[in-house]
Order: sequence, then structure tokens, then C-alpha cells
Amino acid sequence: MSNLKIHGLLAEFADPHALINAAKAVRDAGYKTFDCHSPFPVHGMDQAMGMKRSSIGFIVAVFAFLGAVIGLGLQGWASTAAYPLVISGKPLFSWQAYIIITFALFVLFGAISAVLGMLRLNKLPRLHHPVFYSDRFKSASDDGFFVSIEASDTQFDAALTKTFLESIGGKNVEVLEGE
Amino acid sequence: MKTIEPNRSPSEIAVSAHGALESPLITGNQTFHSVTEKIAGILERKTPKGWYVGFSLAVSLLMLLVGTVGYLVWEGTGIWGVNNPVGWGWAIVNFIWWVGIGHAGTLISAILFLLRQQWRTSINRFAEAMTLFAVICALLFPGIHVGRMWVIYYFFPIPNQMSMWPNFRSPLLWDFFAVGTYFTVSLLFWYTGLIPDLATMRDRAKSRMKKIVFGLLSLGWRGGNRQWQHYELSYLILAGLSTPLVLSVHSVVSTDFATSIIPGWHTTIFPPYFVAGAIFSGFAMVMTLALIARKIFGLEHFITLNHLEKMNKIMLVTGSMVGYAYIMEFFIAWYSGNEFESFAFINRAFGPYAWAYWTMFICNVLLPQLFWFKKIRTSIPIMFTMTIFINIGMWFERFVITVTSLSRDFLPSSWDYYIPTIFDVFTFIGSFGLFFTLFLLFLRFLPMISMAEVKGVLPQADPHYGHDHASKKGGAA
Repeated sequence: MSNLKIHGLLAEFADPHALINAAKAVRDAGYKTFDCHSPFPVHGMDQAMGMKRSSIGFIVAVFAFLGAVIGLGLQGWASTAAYPLVISGKPLFSWQAYIIITFALFVLFGAISAVLGMLRLNKLPRLHHPVFYSDRFKSASDDGFFVSIEASDTQFDAALTKTFLESIGGKNVEVLEGE
Repeated sequence: MKTIEPNRSPSEIAVSAHGALESPLITGNQTFHSVTEKIAGILERKTPKGWYVGFSLAVSLLMLLVGTVGYLVWEGTGIWGVNNPVGWGWAIVNFIWWVGIGHAGTLISAILFLLRQQWRTSINRFAEAMTLFAVICALLFPGIHVGRMWVIYYFFPIPNQMSMWPNFRSPLLWDFFAVGTYFTVSLLFWYTGLIPDLATMRDRAKSRMKKIVFGLLSLGWRGGNRQWQHYELSYLILAGLSTPLVLSVHSVVSTDFATSIIPGWHTTIFPPYFVAGAIFSGFAMVMTLALIARKIFGLEHFITLNHLEKMNKIMLVTGSMVGYAYIMEFFIAWYSGNEFESFAFINRAFGPYAWAYWTMFICNVLLPQLFWFKKIRTSIPIMFTMTIFINIGMWFERFVITVTSLSRDFLPSSWDYYIPTIFDVFTFIGSFGLFFTLFLLFLRFLPMISMAEVKGVLPQADPHYGHDHASKKGGAA
């Protein structure tokens, strides 16, 4: 048992209202590496936690544009260089006809990058995370609302942080302990 | 921040703002836990007997499909009823019909999401599943109708042994890209929506097998707000990308016809007309499935009469658009002064396929007009019957467009009547086997209603619920 390491603390709150207030309190106390877990996204939580806007839009913009360029480039190259063939007397580079496939690849690349980008930013998939050491945490995907503070936070102190979480109304404050 | 989080201004719109006017989305005083219990519980209980009955029926039909397609590969497309003027028969009709059905799923999941129609949360998951399976059925037909399907890779823009490249000016190739993209994006959208619910299933799993499978599928989701933030924006972007995509897919399908010179096909009204028809038939199919699932699994609190009535209104609107298009085609045929065009339409309504034309007209245009009456919009037996008629009517629409124009084009000496063979019928019926096999597997193994989204529209999901007196203004804060 002595190998066990403390990864952080987990506290439970009653409802979205309590969770928002807790998030504000944790942020105001100066913690940085904390998270608020809920079964659905809670309205106003980003401001309460003091988070910046997600950067995923830029990722998608870049890849969607890349998709469009590849789409138009593929069609243009295939029809003018690789296999030039006059069809219905149209110019080899009849770009109007290429718009649909260009658009399709724009959407395809955009959508794939939206999903993969989201997973990348969320550091998913991953097989394990310290919050899963807690048995109570199972309800975070059902009807439980939790705040977790990670031990890597510069302000983290197992005893003090625990008292702090209890003082802001956290129930069942648990130490996330594991290998 | 709020502008990018449509999920986060949920209950207040439906409950606080219009509280007196509109009935709540989800009834039965649900709590977060009761939602989980109800929806996840369906998957954890013993498989109902009815499921086995339905599944064996579906698999039997699937076997019919496999057998017929096998015979098609062996013998060639000669086993079908296609003849010399009518080179496009049921395979194309079925393809368009199935792709069209898929459109409602994306409309519900993407367009209604952007329009912040919160009632979509109860039906979006299985409507999206329906989209995927309908598109799989649709893709089957172009796959097999080429005859020599072992060289279908000619279609792909890949370097091959002939140093040839496909013709990028061909609408058939546009179709390949449009439908292929549509399938991929629908799959991504559906899976992204499933991740939080898969985490719920993981956390509830009892057996080791389920723990591993749901654990892997949920990708380690923890529901932290740092994850929800990226997740929600990613979901919003997917919705934003899917919206023009879904409108483009059936438009592209319509260009298969519209870019040709055949009278009755060569019209500019086709893209919007096809899209309206697609949404129309798709909603009818969502409704058919929703009514059955609602009854069997007791989901009356989640898919309420309110939801059903809203869907009926959409069917009324799109049905009227389709009716407008039918009539406008006649007007243009007359107004254009083109004798071939005029003939094509008189032939449609009064020629040898008049029976098909009027079946289509009655099912798609006249019957849905009954939805103007609230009594009919809210009667479950009537709406169920109606959805079946609409789907029959929409199948006939594609049949009328494809077959009547081909069977009598410019030269009377090349006219011929098209009669399908039993193998056409088997392939079509068999495609239902494929569809329902996949759909029943989905109902059995994945949550059919999005738990995370339904919880998000409950009144208590609002952080101001029961605490803040200023919450009357809802998300305006």
C-alpha cells in the first residue's frame, strides 16, 4: 500500500447551481489544474472556471481549407495533366464542374478534423485517469456533479485543499489514490 | 461564449419563457437519474421476445438480399427488368429513395440543432442511426447495379493499371463523393454524440465484457467541463458542416437526372424539389420507427405527443413543397412551349404509368393535407398510417421520374414499357432486411435516446433552477 500516490482530490456537489458556485470558488482560490464534471454540459461553466474559448475552430478551418485545395487540385491535375481528355467540348480545366467534389472534400476534411481535433485537445482516447480511482465518480455520467483538483497544481496540499473543498460545500471529499 | 454553446441555454427557453404556452419537452417529472435508468435500463433488461421475432424476420430478409445479389453477380443485370430505353430501373429508384430517407436524420441532428429546436434531443439519436443504415442500403444499389462490381474501383480516383482517371465532370462521380462524404460525416456525427452516453454505459456495466467494450468505445470520457468545452464546439461545427452537406447530397443526386437531356429530367427545379422530398420521406420513416419504438419500449415521456405533432407539421410543410413542385413542373412544361417536355408530363399523368403518378400524387400531396387538422396531427393510429402512405408515395415519385421519362423519350419507335422482375422485388424487399437488421441491433446494444442531451433540456439542468429569481429571462444573462 505504501506505493500508492496521491493524484488529487474529488468532491461531490448537489446540482448544477452548486457546481457553478464551487467552480468560481476554486478558481478564485487560485487553483489552475482542476475540472468540473457533470453528466451534461452546464450552462455558464466556462466563465465560472475562467476558461478561454476552444481553439478547435482554427483546426477545422485549416483542414477544411486543405480538403478543398486537395479536392480541386486532384481534379485539375487529373483532368489536365494525368489524363487530359476533351469531354463534350469543354475546357480541360472546367472548374465549375469541379466545385461539387471540392465542396465534398472541404466538408469531409473539416468533419474528420473536428472529431480528431476534439479528441486531441481533450487528450483522448486514454485508458485511465486518476478520477476513475473513485467509485463514487461512476455517477458523473448519471446524475453526479464533481470537482476534481489534481495534485500537480502548484497550490495543492492534500490536507489544506481537502478542508478548502469541504468549506465550499463539497460532500464526500475523496483522495484519489493509486499507483 | 454563449453564442457557441447552443446546448447550454436549454430548459429556460422551453420552460421559463413559454412556460404557460408550451407543454414541457420531457414529461413525467424526470430526474437526471430517472432518465439514465429509463434509457440505459432498456439495454440492461432481458431482450424482449418481440425483438427476437423482429430480428429473425429481418435476418431472413437479409438472407434474401444476399441470395439475390449473389445470383446477380453470377448471372448479371439481365435478371432485372431493365430494357433498352429504360436502362435505369428499380436499382436507381431504390437508391434515391433510401438516400432520401437518410436526410431526415441529418436534418434533425444538424439543422434543428443550429436552429436550437430542443425537441430534437428525444429523437436525434435514432434518427441519425436511421440515416446511417438508410445510406448503407442506398450505397448497396449503385454498388450492384454496375453489373461487373469487381471493377467498381474504376470509380475511385486512384492510379490504376490503365492510367485512366474518372471524369470529374460526371454527376455520377459527384454522387460518389457526395454520398460517400455524407456517410462518413453522419457516422462521425453519430459517434461523437454517442461518446457521453457510452461513458454512462461504461459506468453502469456489470459484466467484464461490457466494461471493456464500453470502456474502449467511450474513449475515456470523464465529463469534465474542459472536455465538454471542446466537445460542444466540435459538435456545433459538425452540425454546421452537415447542414450544407445534407442539402447538397440530394441536390447532387438530382443532377444525375437534371444534367441529362431527357424530357422530364432536364429541369432546374430538381435540386430543391429532391431535397424537400428527401426530408419529407425521411421524416415519415423516422416517425414510423419512433412510433414503434415508443410503444414497445414505453418511451411516452420522452417522445411525447408534442414531439410527434411537430414532426407532422414538418411533413405537412415538406409535403406541400413537393406538391408545389409537381404542379410547377406541369406549368413549366406548358410555359416552355417545348413539345417533348409537354408530352413527357401529359404522358406521366395520363399515359401508361398514370396509375403510378396518381398513387404518388395522392400519397404525397393530398393525404398529408389532412395534417392541417390538429385532431389528425395528434392521432397516433392516423399518423402511423400516414407515414406508411408517404413512404409508398415517395418511392413512386422516384419511380415516376426515373421510368416514365425513359420509357417514352423523343422517338416513338424506341418506346417500351418497363416491367420489373421478381429479382427486382427481392432486392428491394431484401434491402429492408439489411436496414432492420442493423436498426434492431442498434436498439439492442446502444442507447436509442441521447441521455446527456435529454438531461440538458430538463428544467433542473439550468444552473439558475430554483435559485435565482432573475432566471425568468433565461439564457439572456
